Amino acid sequence: MGQEILIEAIRAKLGPAVEGIADSYGDLVLILRPEAVRSALAALREMPFDYAVLLDLTCVDFAAGQGRLELVYHLYSLSRNVRLRLKASLPAADPAVETLVGLWKNAEWLEREVFDMFGVRFEGHPYLRRLLTYEGFEGHPLRKTYPWRLGQPRLPLKDDV
Amino acid sequence: MEPLTRIQREARPESMLINMGPSHPAMHGTLRIMLELDAEKILNAECEIGYLHRGFEKTCENKTYFNLLIYTDRLNYVSPLINNLGYVMTVEKMMGVTAPERAQLIRVLMSELSRVSDHLTCLAAMAMENGAFTVFLYMMKAREFIWDVIEFTTGARMTTSYIRIGGVRADLHPDWRGSLATAVRETRKVLKDVSGLLDKNSIFLGRTRGVGVMSKEDALSYGWTGPCLRSTGIPYDVRKAHPYLVYDRLQFEVPVGECGDNYDRYSVRMREMEQSLRLLEQVAALIPDAAPLGGGPAIEPAEALARSRLQRADERVRLSPNLEGSEKERLPGLTAPDPLVGVPAKEDTYTTMEGLISHFLFFMSGKGIRPPKGDVYFSVEGGNGEVGFYIVSDGTDKPYRLHLRAPCFHIVSALEQLIKGRFVADVIPTFGSMNMIGGELDR
Repeated sequence: MGQEILIEAIRAKLGPAVEGIADSYGDLVLILRPEAVRSALAALREMPFDYAVLLDLTCVDFAAGQGRLELVYHLYSLSRNVRLRLKASLPAADPAVETLVGLWKNAEWLEREVFDMFGVRFEGHPYLRRLLTYEGFEGHPLRKTYPWRLGQPRLPLKDDV
Repeated sequence: MEPLTRIQREARPESMLINMGPSHPAMHGTLRIMLELDAEKILNAECEIGYLHRGFEKTCENKTYFNLLIYTDRLNYVSPLINNLGYVMTVEKMMGVTAPERAQLIRVLMSELSRVSDHLTCLAAMAMENGAFTVFLYMMKAREFIWDVIEFTTGARMTTSYIRIGGVRADLHPDWRGSLATAVRETRKVLKDVSGLLDKNSIFLGRTRGVGVMSKEDALSYGWTGPCLRSTGIPYDVRKAHPYLVYDRLQFEVPVGECGDNYDRYSVRMREMEQSLRLLEQVAALIPDAAPLGGGPAIEPAEALARSRLQRADERVRLSPNLEGSEKERLPGLTAPDPLVGVPAKEDTYTTMEGLISHFLFFMSGKGIRPPKGDVYFSVEGGNGEVGFYIVSDGTDKPYRLHLRAPCFHIVSALEQLIKGRFVADVIPTFGSMNMIGGELDR
């Protein structure tokens, strides 16, 4: 599938979910409306696009000047050997997006990490809990408002487990 | 108090909850597996990670592109050179820089050495945990020979920081061919011995065959890459799918497994090491011998400094032994010619005004390596899968955001599913065959 045909097909399939299309160093980038993320990714996972692998999920905090978070999904199609990057902007104040749990199994941990680091709520996630830091950690460390070096409160020793 | 974890909330009252790790000899660093047991049988499991979280990504946002290279060594600490390579090539992709031919060949050489050492470490630990201590010692011996080659050239065993943006730091050690030949010969011997010890060993087979079976569909759904994905029969290898460096000119095969169990993960790694040794020999044949340094007596650095105050120096300066291999004459083969990408030659820095200025322009804050605005994703084939870097640049000398796609993050996330319904003893080989590396998993 050539690049133009692919873009046509994606536009036809996803319709208004796609806000824009860009190219970044040879990788195709789709900018999605945040409320359509799950349905769009579910459609892209199926034939003819066949993006079967959720390669990565992360987030970028554009608080400096823009006041928004940007979720970045990387998909990979094994059969066509191409990658696709998808972005969705969320407000920094109360970021929430629909979960991908149920579509991909690694989404559970990936979303927990983004929740931990950026405070994005994934609606419908069965177990949204901090992953890399611990229960009782204050703040979301990869937000730009979080200083590089910040002490955390001491937690009492646990004796229940 | 309401229990924090799902496994505690959902546990049946008659079953036993037990922690495996984070301080457990088979947990390869730090991972906590909470098990809900009915006698030996695992009813439910939950993994808790993050015990080695050092804030790698946050730190990188506060370091310059040149300075943060050392943090990439500490991600997958058994194959640091591949992490260096992944990061460096991502920045190079943004800047449109290509390393010279010789540097590319050296990078392939270093990647394959790291891959062998990574697989050796994983299998050695896995075999030891299953009782085969001899295998552990044999493989550690082979790894020492591999690390000799690395240490000769880079000066360090693990924290190498050798692959730099634009190329490599220094040329290969003068005796690299000898040490490489020894390493390849000894590793081959060890692989043969290990095959003899394990391939048909009924204890090893009993603990690995049919244990920890992963289907193709689940492997893809979990985002598995690398040897673990290939053990399920999917021949995805970044070196073949998106060739980088000179991999498209080299001959190698991508071994695959059949059913994705622990034994297949072991066997794929064994066969991959053979392919890596093959690649090492091919690359060694392609790297030309370094030309001898130009004639004439070299003057000592202190004398060169004193003379340069009076007149423009044109004698050859002898560098400190720490800088061996990065002499000015060698640099064109080792780093890209762009002065804002590679570190300027030390001889110039010490003896000429222009050299000193270019040194400052490279190292002063706000100067140096500044990729254009934008975002980029690039990945290389690491020891246990696709090591991807996603970098967002705002045009300054520090990355606005740097994210690592760690292969074993996705692999370990499947552990809960693989051990559910099995016995406690099956956790050890299943976890061992995944090659969990704390530095990369927790970042």
